[in-house]
Amino acid sequence: SSAAMAAARGRALLPQLTPLWSWMRPRPGPRAPLCATAAAPSQPLYDVVVSGGGMVGSAMAAALGHDIHFHDKKIALLEAGPRKEYDHMPDSYSNRVSSISPGSATLLSSFGAWDHVCSLRLKPFRRMQVWDACSEAMIIFEKDDLDDMGYIVENDVIMSALTKQLDAVADRVEVFYKTRAVGYTWPLPSHSCDTTPWVQIELADGRRLQTKLLIGADGHKSVVRKEAEIKNIEHQYDQSAVVATLHLSEATDNNVAWQRFLPTGPIALLPLSDTASSLVWSTSHEHASELLAMDEESFVDSINSAFWSNINHSDFIDTAGAMFRSAISLLKPSGTAVRQLPPSVAKVDPESRAMFPLGMGHATEYVQHRVALIGDAAHRVHPLAGQGVNLGFGDIACLAHHLSAAAFNGTDLGSLKHLLKFETERQRHNVSLIAATDLLKRLYSTRLAPLVLLRTWGLQATNALPPVKVRI
Amino acid sequence: QLSLFRLTANRPFSTSHSSVDSEEIKKFQLLAHKWWDEEGEYSALHSMNDIRVPFIRDTLLSMSHNYHLGNPLSGVKILDVGCGGGLLSEPLARLGASVTGIDPLEDNIRTADQHKSFDPVLAKRIQYKSSSLEEIVEESMETFDVIVASEVVEHVADLETFTKCCSQVLKPEGSLFITTINKTQLSYVLGIVVAEKIMGIVPEGTHEWEKFVPLEELEHLLESNGFSVKTVKGMLYNPLWGSWSWMESTSLNYAVHAVKSGAQGPPGPTDAPSETDIQQHSATAGTA
Repeated sequence: SSAAMAAARGRALLPQLTPLWSWMRPRPGPRAPLCATAAAPSQPLYDVVVSGGGMVGSAMAAALGHDIHFHDKKIALLEAGPRKEYDHMPDSYSNRVSSISPGSATLLSSFGAWDHVCSLRLKPFRRMQVWDACSEAMIIFEKDDLDDMGYIVENDVIMSALTKQLDAVADRVEVFYKTRAVGYTWPLPSHSCDTTPWVQIELADGRRLQTKLLIGADGHKSVVRKEAEIKNIEHQYDQSAVVATLHLSEATDNNVAWQRFLPTGPIALLPLSDTASSLVWSTSHEHASELLAMDEESFVDSINSAFWSNINHSDFIDTAGAMFRSAISLLKPSGTAVRQLPPSVAKVDPESRAMFPLGMGHATEYVQHRVALIGDAAHRVHPLAGQGVNLGFGDIACLAHHLSAAAFNGTDLGSLKHLLKFETERQRHNVSLIAATDLLKRLYSTRLAPLVLLRTWGLQATNALPPVKVRI
Repeated sequence: QLSLFRLTANRPFSTSHSSVDSEEIKKFQLLAHKWWDEEGEYSALHSMNDIRVPFIRDTLLSMSHNYHLGNPLSGVKILDVGCGGGLLSEPLARLGASVTGIDPLEDNIRTADQHKSFDPVLAKRIQYKSSSLEEIVEESMETFDVIVASEVVEHVADLETFTKCCSQVLKPEGSLFITTINKTQLSYVLGIVVAEKIMGIVPEGTHEWEKFVPLEELEHLLESNGFSVKTVKGMLYNPLWGSWSWMESTSLNYAVHAVKSGAQGPPGPTDAPSETDIQQHSATAGTA
C-alpha cells in the first residue's frame, strides 16, 4: 500500500540528504541513443578502453598495463592510424618536439619508457630565458641544484618508447590500429532494467566492443567528448605556430631554452643538440604562411632578426625598465641575473617547415559515469608555456593512481565517485595554468605602453623573487 | 530495562532458533530494487566499501603468505551473510575471492543475480542463494575461509544461534568480519534520531535501537563460542561528504575481526598472530 511505501521510504524532516558530492553533479539523465538492447555475448568486454593512440593515449594504456593491480584486467587502445615502426631513428630531427618536464619524465620512467627515450635521443636543458621584444625585461628560470629543468624530446622518440612498452604488456593491452570508433552508446547510471551497464563502442568496420570505462584521449576535437555531450569552452587564437628544425651558426652547449615575446607572438628556440634547435614561432596566420613560403635564407634572417632586433623598444619603456631594475638591485642585489645571448641560426632543414593553427579549449567536465577525458580532449593550451603534453601526462599520473587504488579496492572502475576525485584534482591544477597561459598570451600580444610597462615590471619583479619563480 | 543477553528478548512470535526476523524482512522488501543506485537509499552502504573492503583485504593479506598479482584474495572462499543486493560480494569477488552470498529475501537475491550477470568474471566467482544462515549449515560445515556479516547483526533475531552457525560453517582459524552499530546513547541520538528522522541518511524504520548490539555483548558472545577477537575499530560516517572513516571511539559504528580457534583446543603456537603482529604485518605488506 502507498502508506506502507511512504513509511518504508521514510518521511524525514529534511528531504533525503544525498551526499554533497552528488549535489554538485546533477544526476545525468539517459542520453540518446536510449536504452541499449541486451548485448550479444560475442561482444568482447574490456575493463578499460582508451580511445586515441597519440602520446597521451598510448602512455595511459601503457601505465595501466604495467600497473600491478591491473594484472588480470583487459585493456584496449584504439588508434585510427597505422602502426608505425620506430626501430630506426633518422639522422635528421623531426620538427614536432615537446618540452618534457621532470614530472612527466618520472611518469614515463614509472613504466619503463624513459629508459628507451634516453637510449634514443633527447636534450636536457638547464635554463630558460624569456624576454620581451618591447623592453629589456627578462626572466631566467634555472634550478639552483644542478638538475635539469626539462628535456626537449622529439614526439616520434616518445612514441617509439611508448610502443615498445605497450608491446611488453601485449597480453594485457590489445592495441587496435587503423581502428576508428564511430559511435558510442552510454549506459544508464543505475540500471534496474535489462540493459547492459557497459559503454558500447561501435567501430568503423562494424565490430562492437564493450567496456567498463572509456578514456577519451582523442585530441582537441575529441569525439568521445562530443558524444558524451560534455560542453567545451573553446577559443581559436588568431595565430598559427610555425615549426622547423634549425642549424646553429656555431656549436655551443645549447642547454638553454629561449623564448622572446614579439608583439605578433612568442618565438621559441628549443635545443635539440649542440648544433641544432627546434623552432616554435607563434604568429599571425598571414605571417605564418609568409614564413613558410619564403626561401630558406630569408627564413633564417627572419628568425635571427626576431631574436636580436630592438626595433620594438621605445625610449620611454627602456628608461622605465632600467629605473625599475636599479631599484630592485638596491633591494635585492642578486635579483638581476646576467643576460645570455641566444645563439644565431645559420640554416634550416629543408622540408622541416610546417604550420598548424592554435587555439585554447577546456572541457567543463573531465568525467562522467564510465567516461574520463585526458590530454587535449580535456584541455588545449597555447604552446608558449611548453605545457601541453605535460598537462596530459599529469592527467595520466593522476588517473592511473586513482584507478589503481580502485582496482585494489575491488571497485567498479567506471564508478563516478572515484572518477570525480581525478576530475577535482586535475581541474584544480589545470584551470589556473590554462588561464595563466591564456592571460600571458593576451598580455604579450600588445605594444600599448601601459601594458608593456606592466608586464615589463611584472617580469622583472618575478625574476627577482625566488619563491614565485620556483612555483612556475 | 536492558538485559545483557538478548536470548531472553521478548519476541513472542519469532521462532526461537531462527536468526531471521520476519519483521526485518518486510522492511527490506520494499527497497529490494534500490540496492545499486549509488546515490539512493543505500548510498551510505556503497561508500562503506571504501573502508570495509580494505579492512578485510589487508587483514587477510597480513595473515597469508601468498600474494597473487592483481588478485589479492585469490583462492579465498567467503560467505557474505545478509548480502542484500551484493554490494560487498562484488568488490570481494573482483579481488579474486570465491563468494557465496546469502540473504533471506528472494527479491534481494534476484537483484544481486541480475547485477552480477553482466560481468562474466563476477558471474563466475559469485553464487547467490536465497536462504538463512541456519539453512546452509548442514551442507557447508567448515567450508568457508572467511565470513563477512556487515550491517547484519543488528537485524538478527537470535544472535547466539547466528554466532554458533558462523562457527560451524567456518574452517578452523577462519576469519569472521562483522560491522554493526553499537547500542549507546550516542547511537540513539545520531543513529536513529538524526540519521533516520532528521537527515534521512537511512530510510526511517530501518534500525531499531533495541536491536543494536553493544560491543561488549558481541565480544562476549564471540569469545564464548570459540572465537578470538583480534581487532575492534570504530567507524564514523560523514553525511556531508558521504564518506566513512575509522575512529578511536566505538560508540557509534564499529567493525570486529575475530578468528575461529584452531581444531585442537587451547591456542597454540600455530594460531593466528595477535593484533600487534597483524599491524606490523600490515605495515610491511604494502612494501612487499
